[in-house]
Amino acid sequence: MPNRNKLKWFLLFTVPLIFIFTIVVLIPFLVGIYYSFFEWDGIGANPKVFVGLDNFVELWGDNQFLRSMWLTTLFTVLSVITINVIGLAFALLVTSRIQTANAARTLLFMPYLIGGLILGYIWQFVFVDVFSFLGEVTGLDQVFFNWLVDPQFALYGLVFVFTWQMAGYIMIIYIAGIQAIPNDVVEAAKIDGASTWQRFTRITFPLLMPALTISLFLTLSSAFKIYDVNLSLTGGGPANATELFAMNIYQEIFGSSNYGFGQAKAIVFFLIVAAITLTQVYMTKKREVEM
Amino acid sequence: MRKTSSILKSVLLILLALFFLSPIYIIFVNSFKDRQELYDNALALPDNFSFQYYLEAMEKMNFLSALGNSLYITIVSVVLIVILSSMTAWMLVRTDSKWSTVIFMTFIATMLIPFQTLMMPLMQFMSAITENLNIPMYNTREGLIFMNIGFHASLSVFLYHGFIKSIPITLEEAATIDGASKFGVFWRIIFPMLKPITATVMILNVISIWNDFLLPSLTLIDTALRTIPLSTFFFFGEFTIQWNLAMAGLTLTIIPVIIFYAMAQKHIIKGIGEGAVK
Repeated sequence: MPNRNKLKWFLLFTVPLIFIFTIVVLIPFLVGIYYSFFEWDGIGANPKVFVGLDNFVELWGDNQFLRSMWLTTLFTVLSVITINVIGLAFALLVTSRIQTANAARTLLFMPYLIGGLILGYIWQFVFVDVFSFLGEVTGLDQVFFNWLVDPQFALYGLVFVFTWQMAGYIMIIYIAGIQAIPNDVVEAAKIDGASTWQRFTRITFPLLMPALTISLFLTLSSAFKIYDVNLSLTGGGPANATELFAMNIYQEIFGSSNYGFGQAKAIVFFLIVAAITLTQVYMTKKREVEM
Repeated sequence: MRKTSSILKSVLLILLALFFLSPIYIIFVNSFKDRQELYDNALALPDNFSFQYYLEAMEKMNFLSALGNSLYITIVSVVLIVILSSMTAWMLVRTDSKWSTVIFMTFIATMLIPFQTLMMPLMQFMSAITENLNIPMYNTREGLIFMNIGFHASLSVFLYHGFIKSIPITLEEAATIDGASKFGVFWRIIFPMLKPITATVMILNVISIWNDFLLPSLTLIDTALRTIPLSTFFFFGEFTIQWNLAMAGLTLTIIPVIIFYAMAQKHIIKGIGEGAVK
């Protein structure tokens, strides 16, 4: 009898969440794979035509899709670098013995709390009006102009805003990593005559590998999946020059009503996200050093 | 000498942080300016602080209704996520069977699925449930809460799972021998011990649900149901050229976030740090 009792409690505790999770995540995921083999315009009364793997073959001839894939890769590489460099620099600054470090940490983290959609609108104003104004006042109109009308600079603008959003968040993770480094290791190196730079490259940085693994994972996956900032800052423009992966899928499904083809893109999107993040975690995990 | 350099460093650091937040200053000062003043100098303080744009923006965004919707959806979702995922995680940790492992691994594996992969089939499924079973999943706040729970289950179970593993089992065993039910053991003994990780789970979910745009934009159709990000989006769609009004609207949307941050600042930074290390 005790086993039966145990099972009863197990089900009582876990079934509510598993039920919701199955309806919201598991079933749509499986149904999504099924949809990707059909051609369908999303209208229930219209027939779904089975096309096998045609959607997945056709993808490679869709220029806008290939372009958004390339743009997303470029965006991701640039943002992962800038976010991690700036986040780590912030973390080193606010963990040094400076009196205002705590206040600075509080302020630097703040953009992360404001959602991507609203951040995009804030920066839209900064790029459109404030940058033009600064360009006139300072005469540096090579730097200060409306970035959002230039195809290339609009993408840099996205990197810029996304970095602004994420740097404070990544800073917090590096801070946790820095604080986990035992003080005596650093002190011992100091006594042995290691310079600040040597202490950073030989001691702090290698011991930060676990924090780097997490930070890279978080920035890589969130950059690759970016949507909100993309929508509110550039809306994919000018002339689709900043239409990133997630937006391309949204447009294909809900904009052009190509439900089956769009879903095939979404499945490919999932496979790429999974492959990239798993590879990254595997590779950086290998480089973590044991204390 | 040493002292002056440390004061200088302190000042420089705080200046850097303030410069970092300058876009927020910019939208704040421009929310009080008329068109001419804005174009004359977008960085200067306004001539006078009149709240006319705020009143107008509040009315056009239907701000109070959006604030109410956002609060209701976020609070109910997060409370339910905490209750359901802590209970599930505890059972998964304490039940040594292959089913626990399979369930836990399924939660973890699905963390890699982007929302875009699920959105279309999910919407199809939700409207099918609404039409065929007459359960209002689509276009209701409660339906959105249901979906929020599903989407945030994985991370929350993962965080609780990691934390519970570090709690010694002896305490629970003693309570069980005393004849307490599993329910009693969990709520009276275990749940209070989970406080630090509950704070992390709550903070991460509040930030994510409060700011979510895409899922609410797909599920909530009625204007009366709009959350803050949704009403901001439609507000910008309608009034793109009227920047001063837009600035007042943006400032309004940031105020609740600043209040939340001011109240729970220490917990937030600590919670984020701990959540990431796990």
